[in-house]
Amino acid sequence: MQKTFSEKILAKYSGKSHVVPGEIVEVIPDIAMSHDNTAAISKTFAKIGVDKLYNPDIHLVVLDHCVPPANEAFAQNHKDIREFVKKHGIKKFYDINNGICHQVMAENGHCLPGTIMTGSDSHSTTYGAFGAFGTGVTRSETAVIMATGKIWFRVPETMRINITGEFQDGVYVKDLALGIIGKIRADGALYMAVEFTGPAAGKFTVSERMTLCNLAVEMGAKVGYVPPDEVIFNYLEGRAAAEYEPVYSDEGCNYDAVVDMNLSELEPVVACPHTVDNVKPVTEVAGETIEQVFVGTCNNSRLDDLAILAHVLKGRHIDSSTRLVVIPASSKVMIDAMRLGYIETIVSAGGTLATPGCGPCMGNHLGVPATGEKTISTANRNFKGRMGNRESEVFLASPHTCAVSAVTGKISDPREIPVDMALIFSELRKATLSPVLMTR
Amino acid sequence: MQTVIKGKVWKYGDDINTDVIFPGKYTYTVNDPAEMGEHAMEDLDPDFAANVQQNDVILAGKNFGCGSSREQAAVCLKVKGVGAIIASTFSRIYFRNGVNVGMPLITNRDAYDHFEHGDSIEIDFEKGEIRGEKGTFKFPPFNEFFFGIIDAGGLIPYTRKRIQEENR
Repeated sequence: MQKTFSEKILAKYSGKSHVVPGEIVEVIPDIAMSHDNTAAISKTFAKIGVDKLYNPDIHLVVLDHCVPPANEAFAQNHKDIREFVKKHGIKKFYDINNGICHQVMAENGHCLPGTIMTGSDSHSTTYGAFGAFGTGVTRSETAVIMATGKIWFRVPETMRINITGEFQDGVYVKDLALGIIGKIRADGALYMAVEFTGPAAGKFTVSERMTLCNLAVEMGAKVGYVPPDEVIFNYLEGRAAAEYEPVYSDEGCNYDAVVDMNLSELEPVVACPHTVDNVKPVTEVAGETIEQVFVGTCNNSRLDDLAILAHVLKGRHIDSSTRLVVIPASSKVMIDAMRLGYIETIVSAGGTLATPGCGPCMGNHLGVPATGEKTISTANRNFKGRMGNRESEVFLASPHTCAVSAVTGKISDPREIPVDMALIFSELRKATLSPVLMTR
Repeated sequence: MQTVIKGKVWKYGDDINTDVIFPGKYTYTVNDPAEMGEHAMEDLDPDFAANVQQNDVILAGKNFGCGSSREQAAVCLKVKGVGAIIASTFSRIYFRNGVNVGMPLITNRDAYDHFEHGDSIEIDFEKGEIRGEKGTFKFPPFNEFFFGIIDAGGLIPYTRKRIQEENR
């Protein structure tokens, strides 16, 4: 009987010959990530009544949600985490100087095909970009993994998204992901594993796969997954933190739903307030005045994203009524962006650069909007109050759309200021620290 | 766990996300569960935290609890005494959070179509029934694994119990 990726990997890890959707299994993950919530998790762990971690090598901790700390409470939180990590011998620890958890994990070779990875962060679906079974779990669950190593999963049904065609100018994987969410809605893939396959999916870069799988959770999915191929194997060459064995869906396995997406038919889109599935063509919302542009977050702040921003801003200045906050995904991305001149271009054009981390995405610091203000952002959520002020509005779009909007001070069609993607890709090949492997 | 609870309905719509159930800006500054309760539903219904009573029930449409994995969004309702949440569907992580904090979650569409804000209802977990003036609606009883966790009062007490049993 042909099986899906999720059925195969969950059977393998739970020691069963086969499992079916709906079944509850217990597994030991390869990696259990937690971030600034590790302090709260450690307090829950203490309540279980076990002195030692089941296996400190499963755990990976990144400080990113409010770095450097904005106030005393955040500072104490970080201090508690450093003490916990030291006491329990967690070696995979990344302090405030690294960047956003999902990006840091990818850069350090922790995201591996055919592994099970959990994160106490809903955007842990990102790891599916590397062919891992990556999913967000709760704080208590990470505490239980600390104590017992184990976590329960319901075996998910699977949705296949068949991707064909080629992107037109000004259209990116962000538009594809938002396009899918607009089509199937925020609960369209509820509890499901979503496999992004088809001839076009294999052409996506590492960065593009991460953007796509990161947004799988906004479709309601348990995991996003791109079948790992040479793009991923090349990226992991000399980088993989452990050995790995890819797992693939069997040819002819059962998909509960199949959605076709033709890239050639897509146009630039914007997710409008206050839900990610409120997706409209940019042409419908163009002209809306915005006070802030935010290029950052685990969704879209890698080197390729900053390159597009810099190419739009080169020789231009942002509109005088608009602020542009730019937060690179990681320190490695920031250094590469400096070497390639992107940071100089962005700051000279009026951009405000902040430390790699999550920034204002969930309203902690570094760009919380004022009452009545509108922000267009490369992030993945636009819920009411998300950026820290319930009386503000957030629009989501690609880095290109955000960049052009910064120049005009209004939500704008990215095609107003075209960029030369061939030139950008040739520059990106010079990146040494955060390579974004190009296949197109 | 109590097998039958009685309370009033707090009815909300579709896609109620965790940012309105428990605002993100408090996730690292509010650590006391009781204080979390004071911010429950703050950005959706400012009357909720002040007026909700023990065993009241939240009734919502599809995809309840979508968004962030923050556990506080389940804890804040639990500490305010919410006896159960009934929704047409739950977001995946919220479902996990609910089970793991020992909150009974009931997936049922009919209740949403019939009951209104402020209605008095009764939930019988043993029989799998939601009862009120506007009718009685059935739901499948929790499977053994989930019941074990909810009955123990959540994943942490459940794990503690399991470890003690294994050490015996």
